[in-house]
Amino acid sequence: MTESVRHEAGPAVEAAESADVSDREKQELYTASQRQLIWRRFRRHRLAQVSIVMLALLYVLAAFAEFIAPYETSHDFKGFVYAPPAKIHLFDEDGFVGPFVYGLKGGRDESYQRIFEEVKEEQYPVRLFVRGDSYEFWGLFETDLHLFGVGEEGQIFLFGTDRLGRDLFSRVIYGTRISLTIGLVGVFLSFVLGLIIGGISGYFGGVVDEVIQRLIDLLVSIPQLPLWMALAAAVPREWDSIQTYFAITVVLSIVGWAGLARTVRGRLLSLREEDFTVAARVSGVSEWRIITKHLLPLFASYIVVAITLSVPGMIIGETSLSFIGLGIQPPAVSWGTLLQDSQMIANVALHPWLLIPALFVIVTVLMFNFMGDGLRDAADPYSIN
Amino acid sequence: MADDSDLLLEVNDLKMYFPIQKGLLRRTTGYVKAVDGVSLSIKKGETLGLVGESGCGKTTTGRCIVRVYQPTEGEIVFHDEGEAVNLNLLARQELKAFRRNMQMIFQDPFSSLNPRMTVLELVGEPLLAHGIARGQELEDRVAEMVNAVGLKVEHLPRYPHSFSGGQRQRIGIARALVQRPKLVVCDEPVSALDVSVQSQVVNLLQDLQSELDLTYLFVAHDMSVVRQVSNRIAVMYVGKLVEVAESEELLRNPKHPYSETLLSAVPRPNPHHAMQRLSLEGEPADPANAPPGCAFHPRCRYMEDICQNEVPELTELTPGRHVACHFADQLQLQGIDYSASIQS
Amino acid sequence: MASDTLLEIKDLMTHFHLQEGIVRAVDGVSFEVRRGQTLGIIGESGCGKSVTAHSILRLVPSPPGNIVNGEILLHRGENGNGDGLVDLAQLDPRGADIRAIRGAEISMVFQEPMTSFGPMHTIGNQIIESILLHQEGVDGSEARELAIENLRRVGIPRAEQIVDAYPHQLSGGMRQRAMIAMALSCSPRLLIADEPTTALDVTIQAQILELMTALQDEYGMAVIFITHNLGVIAEVADEVAVMYLGRIVEQAGVNELFDNPQHPYTQGLLNSIPHIDEAKLARLRAIEGVVPDPYDIPSGCAFSDRCPSFMPGKCDSAMPDLAATGPEHRVRCFLYSEAEEIVTEVADG
Repeated sequence: MTESVRHEAGPAVEAAESADVSDREKQELYTASQRQLIWRRFRRHRLAQVSIVMLALLYVLAAFAEFIAPYETSHDFKGFVYAPPAKIHLFDEDGFVGPFVYGLKGGRDESYQRIFEEVKEEQYPVRLFVRGDSYEFWGLFETDLHLFGVGEEGQIFLFGTDRLGRDLFSRVIYGTRISLTIGLVGVFLSFVLGLIIGGISGYFGGVVDEVIQRLIDLLVSIPQLPLWMALAAAVPREWDSIQTYFAITVVLSIVGWAGLARTVRGRLLSLREEDFTVAARVSGVSEWRIITKHLLPLFASYIVVAITLSVPGMIIGETSLSFIGLGIQPPAVSWGTLLQDSQMIANVALHPWLLIPALFVIVTVLMFNFMGDGLRDAADPYSIN
Repeated sequence: MADDSDLLLEVNDLKMYFPIQKGLLRRTTGYVKAVDGVSLSIKKGETLGLVGESGCGKTTTGRCIVRVYQPTEGEIVFHDEGEAVNLNLLARQELKAFRRNMQMIFQDPFSSLNPRMTVLELVGEPLLAHGIARGQELEDRVAEMVNAVGLKVEHLPRYPHSFSGGQRQRIGIARALVQRPKLVVCDEPVSALDVSVQSQVVNLLQDLQSELDLTYLFVAHDMSVVRQVSNRIAVMYVGKLVEVAESEELLRNPKHPYSETLLSAVPRPNPHHAMQRLSLEGEPADPANAPPGCAFHPRCRYMEDICQNEVPELTELTPGRHVACHFADQLQLQGIDYSASIQS
Repeated sequence: MASDTLLEIKDLMTHFHLQEGIVRAVDGVSFEVRRGQTLGIIGESGCGKSVTAHSILRLVPSPPGNIVNGEILLHRGENGNGDGLVDLAQLDPRGADIRAIRGAEISMVFQEPMTSFGPMHTIGNQIIESILLHQEGVDGSEARELAIENLRRVGIPRAEQIVDAYPHQLSGGMRQRAMIAMALSCSPRLLIADEPTTALDVTIQAQILELMTALQDEYGMAVIFITHNLGVIAEVADEVAVMYLGRIVEQAGVNELFDNPQHPYTQGLLNSIPHIDEAKLARLRAIEGVVPDPYDIPSGCAFSDRCPSFMPGKCDSAMPDLAATGPEHRVRCFLYSEAEEIVTEVADG
């Protein structure tokens, strides 16, 4: 793909610069495959590119959650209930000392509101690669190394703590894992369902098509949230968090496949009638080759776009279900379960940092949408003309 | 019809009805009679022009002949080296093998080429599909064909997006001709192209016809282009043929009122051309709901009572000329007047 | 300047700034449109004929398109609108001034009427809206009457019913008639018709051309008629400008242009098309080559790489001027550069 990228400067390149360089570039453009053209057009979409980087970062967070989070999800700090986000200082009274936090002293003010004060005498420098809570990394080996921390004596709560004194930052990082993967797994499941059912519908047509289409009509006419709720409520309480996780993905994809199946069918039907498929058929090309060589490759870009654009729906779905307590069950952590704490307005008013997980949801959904937009613009095979 | 020895294709009473479905149960409420009883024959090596306005069924007729559509009714008989092959009676595999003999050139040079395939893959695909050639031989034959249509060997690894409309049409022509078909259905092959490129492609099609011994069914709406390429012209209106004649004869001396108006409507690139245009009222009938009798009667200036009730049959007026009009032998119609233009 | 000049375009350049480079869609076009006359602009795809038309009404999407040079002078003149000359190129393309001109003084008919009518409103409502917008002192019911009257004038049968029809309910020909009715609803002084018959069948095309000619006589408006069809241009135009790659290469009265085409491109175009009323040629005399890529225009004369009269060292080194070769004939070609001097001498003397 790298060879096509060099063209960026465009044909506005001064002719004098060297005729054969521009000739070679032209040759590269002419022989650039559709995939390369899509990639090239995608690279022009700045917002989509930024999104892809941010999403990649989020997935890195999810993959290395134990290492990046300074604390375990269930590590509760007695006496640090509802501590506000920590202030990272660089200077003390004597001047620059590097990043550190002060110790916190909890108490109550005259109206019995919880308040925290920084104890100037206690300075805890923020260090990289500190020892802390031990964990099993990817089920491979046990370690207690964390990306950053302040050691055993002090505490660092980047996003503050919740009602049990657990570090919100660590919990958000852990929550990323469930919230981001549930979207992918859910979309994958509904994609498989949608591809099979939509494919059957589009390929066979007739009565089969009719029945499937009416079924889809029925399914999409039911409001999503109640349907999710009904299905999620049927998940047995006694299942452990992994089982619940999969149950919730299945619930999400049962609702989500309908839209994808419809996309697949519509696209299949219109591609079947395209002149170049007719041309292939007239040339005596077999149906199998028409499907694999002509239909699927063109189809793939649409599917990628459709998938990208349906991931955020899944993420919101999980968040909503978990928010109302029907999704992921504690002690498992997702952004939705974290937001449960912010259900009470009084809580939010006093401890606004409880809404930080919502910020993550919003950013992720936006990034997926931007990326989908970029892919959609890039995938249109004729937009270059 | 003419003696059978030089016939390549015979179409008898071809009908293609598309059902109109309505409601939840997809009940068929009627039919679009796109092609409604077309009979024609094409001789080896000739070009039969098929003209008509949009929706008259000319494209559908072409597509039925190359079996993109399975016709509702009617016979398509292909005369292949002394053997008459009825395409309706071929089994799936036989039809697939038989497709070598009949190819098609499409109108839209953009949508008719898969954007994800190179020129080599596009033009080579039919050879692969029929097991005619592979590997180096395939590449050689593709290169030879690509040269024949005026493209170069270095174009082979390129994708369609790097070509202009005219060049793409050349790729489409190469794809159709690479397996050496006998009959080629050209479906409006130049109407999507620029004026200066149209004539190149028309010339190319004519050159290839004599080089490769091809027979064309040339479907188009532009009378001047059709006349340039065709030996005979068939005029179609709302699913039926209204006139078939040798092309110069049809131009000079049309026998069906629709042919007359069609000729009169062609804009002439000549500002001195006196405006003697016959104004044609109304619009083409809807093939889902064609008027009774002669479908052209609501627009016909010579309409009589009989035209509203009785469908005129396509009958042979003089040898080689077929007309579907109740008054074909009585009307004095106006054709193209060559004497005037030669003087000016 | 002659008093019957309605629109005067001077050295118009409209460029598109795209990722791939700059497309000089219109690159120095000058012409005049006289009152009541039809100027035909002919050319192939990419010659800039449509962009020229869109530039006049400031409909070129910006970005990427920009008018980078030139004047588009509308002579409002004696009709009492007061302000005389307006340079449309200086107006804000989204401003009130140009909107007051669009549809009222200059209106436009497009190739595909389906895309120029909004699908959600009836034909009548769209015409009525245009009338109410541009004509003062007309109330709703009067506007409706006017709309029906307009539809009737363009030959739409049952106009009082069609006025309540949606665009998709009409056939292509009827839609184009309705489009013309809308364009004429405020009696514009200039109608720009951009390939108005290209999407239509020949018999319908003949009807529409006839209608437009009749309406032009009736309303006395000027028309800029854009097409790629030489037959259509021969029929409707008084004067013809031939465009190639953003420039006018030849301009003359319609009879002069067809009788005495001078630019090799014009000659090539006329020779290459099949003429139905002349003896059939064994082979068409095609112009060689293809219209160049807009990013890759040959140096010198843009037509030099396809020109049968190409003069090495001359045609590929500089762009010839559009110079007069006769009283109403201008050609952009080095073959006639001597003629140009003679004409200027005559003019001087």
